[in-house]
Amino acid sequence: MRLIRRALSARGFASALSSVTAIMVGLLVGFIILLVSNPRQAVAGLSIIASGGFTGGMKGVGQVLYYATPLILTGLSVGFAFRTGLFNIGAPGQLIVGAFAGIWTATNCQWVPQPMLWLFCLVAAMLAGALWGAIPGLFKALLNVHEVIACIMCNYIGMYLVNYLIKNTNAYDSLKNQTVDVTKAAIPRWGLDNIFYSLKGRYHDVSSVNGGILIALVLAAIIYVILNKTVFGYELKACGFNRNASRYAGIKEKRGVMLSLIIAGALSGVAGGLMYLAPAGGLHINVVEVLSTQGFNGIPVALLGMSNPIGIIFAGIFVAYIGQGGYYLQRMEYMPEVIDIIIAAIIYFSAFALLMRQGFDSLARRLGKDGQR
Amino acid sequence: MNGFMNVVNFLVQQMWFFSIPLLIVALGGMFSERGGVVNIALEGIMVVGAFASILLINRLQDRMSGQALLLLALGAAAFAGMLFSWLHAFAAIRLRSDQTISGTALNMAAPAAAIYIARTFQPNHVQQIAFRNTFRIFSVPVLGDIPIVGPLLFRNTYITTFIGLAILAVSAFVLNKTKFGLRLRACGEHPQAADSVGVNVYKIRYAGVLISGALAGMGGLIFVIPTSTDFNATVAGYGFLALAVLIFGQWKPLRVFLAALFFGLMKTIASAYSGIPGLKDLPIPSDIYKMIPYITTLAVLAFTSKNSQAPRASGVPYDQGSR
Repeated sequence: MRLIRRALSARGFASALSSVTAIMVGLLVGFIILLVSNPRQAVAGLSIIASGGFTGGMKGVGQVLYYATPLILTGLSVGFAFRTGLFNIGAPGQLIVGAFAGIWTATNCQWVPQPMLWLFCLVAAMLAGALWGAIPGLFKALLNVHEVIACIMCNYIGMYLVNYLIKNTNAYDSLKNQTVDVTKAAIPRWGLDNIFYSLKGRYHDVSSVNGGILIALVLAAIIYVILNKTVFGYELKACGFNRNASRYAGIKEKRGVMLSLIIAGALSGVAGGLMYLAPAGGLHINVVEVLSTQGFNGIPVALLGMSNPIGIIFAGIFVAYIGQGGYYLQRMEYMPEVIDIIIAAIIYFSAFALLMRQGFDSLARRLGKDGQR
Repeated sequence: MNGFMNVVNFLVQQMWFFSIPLLIVALGGMFSERGGVVNIALEGIMVVGAFASILLINRLQDRMSGQALLLLALGAAAFAGMLFSWLHAFAAIRLRSDQTISGTALNMAAPAAAIYIARTFQPNHVQQIAFRNTFRIFSVPVLGDIPIVGPLLFRNTYITTFIGLAILAVSAFVLNKTKFGLRLRACGEHPQAADSVGVNVYKIRYAGVLISGALAGMGGLIFVIPTSTDFNATVAGYGFLALAVLIFGQWKPLRVFLAALFFGLMKTIASAYSGIPGLKDLPIPSDIYKMIPYITTLAVLAFTSKNSQAPRASGVPYDQGSR
């Protein structure tokens, strides 16, 4: 009995349990949708969704990690800003600006020895993303412009700017209306293709996963350390809880706001670099007038991961996993968009987390009283 | 002179197509936020409103056409938007959950649901829903012949433009001159105080969010009609832009109107610069023009945001028990 009580009152357990419940309810919503649109195959459809990337064997798992890479980073970007009390809705712009910086560097800095070129390009992507995050940061800190609106404006400015730059630099392939392919700057696979493949006869059907996922994990660890083990991270979190109190305590909150969005932008910039320098991603940017989905999906990933870097890793992998399930779902007569509805439902119900946690608390308290009696 | 007036007329007529949806949706956001509930779900609500009403037009257009059908569709859009926004209201008010979270969930669900339903039930799994535009008014009788004003306001227009302006007038009146408006503002500034004098904070906030749902739903339809011939499960970020217009307009009806006009004009210049003498010959590529609305908005905000007038309790769930 005491064990149950202890378990129920542990914070981590309560939030994990509420996340799991939210996922269950989300899957239930998905099941109902499948049931309404085609009752005969609904059960089989749900099991495909639930088995996600595993449907494709080791290759499927590799694909999950491949798609999770940018999601983890944009999730970190949004989550990091959340911890400082800022809503970084500018990840799509930061991502594409970073991606272009990476591609441009790859085309123009051929003097860098090739084994290091990808890293060089990734740093360029990070800096460009940081710059794009610095704009709303400056506007917020110095001019009191709401970061949400500044980020939205920067998304569109970044998108059109990148389209303009693509067309007006030597990185343009005018025949295909995209940037030139930068095969020399491809991110190394680091042997991951020897782990994540499926056998077709004797032929290795390799997945798209590459070193990017490891870089994403390392960055998540770094962000975790910054947030939880440094004075700087402590100050940022304090600003997130109460800006006025932090200022009263002597924290330079304006500097905090700026640095928070700069770091968030840098993370999204790396996401762009990793996406477009991935060997399987084609190594080029198309001229399109659509904001990056991977950028916006950083928001649900950050929310699912509760803005905790470790949680965000799992959330990013989960979203990619279930998305891969949607991909395999097309074998039946179902539309893959049901996955987005499921993710939305999960986020919506995770908003109930607070209520559930209160429920657990009162349950634990009641059990506690019984124990005393 | 005549050529010049033609250009001005053309620009202003185009401007309404951009400004009116922004205005209506931003006014919707205003009702929600002045009541204390941040509504970043405007984008998703617009998608749902547009989806439901365009689907209705698609199904009825062989039997009906013109203004009657458009008015019916507007009603459907408002109803669908309101129903969808109820999800946000329930989570944000009754369950006191984080308002960004449920808003994000709605933004994500709306286009996915629109595509899913369209592809499941349309022949060949097409996700676009086509419609015939029978709604354009070439010239309003009598009013369209007034010199100067006629061409600017009453020619090449839609009935939705006037509905939008009427909504502006009604919104300003309701917010500033009625008992409900006063209570709504009180709930957004200091809900504890409102509660202590007997105002039901939950009910008032519900009303604010549901009004925003109805307006955003209509805004979705009004955005799609003049600018397209089919609905492709997107409103091109207009919900987020409306959020920007709302902040730009400092949560006040008339300033929101001016902000929407400003942004609409910039957007018109960006998309129609090739028809404007003088701009056409400049060596500026189209991508730069497309950036102008966003850059100018940022610049104007930089000068006007020093004293933000955001509702004080906006985004904070109200808990009667912790009063």
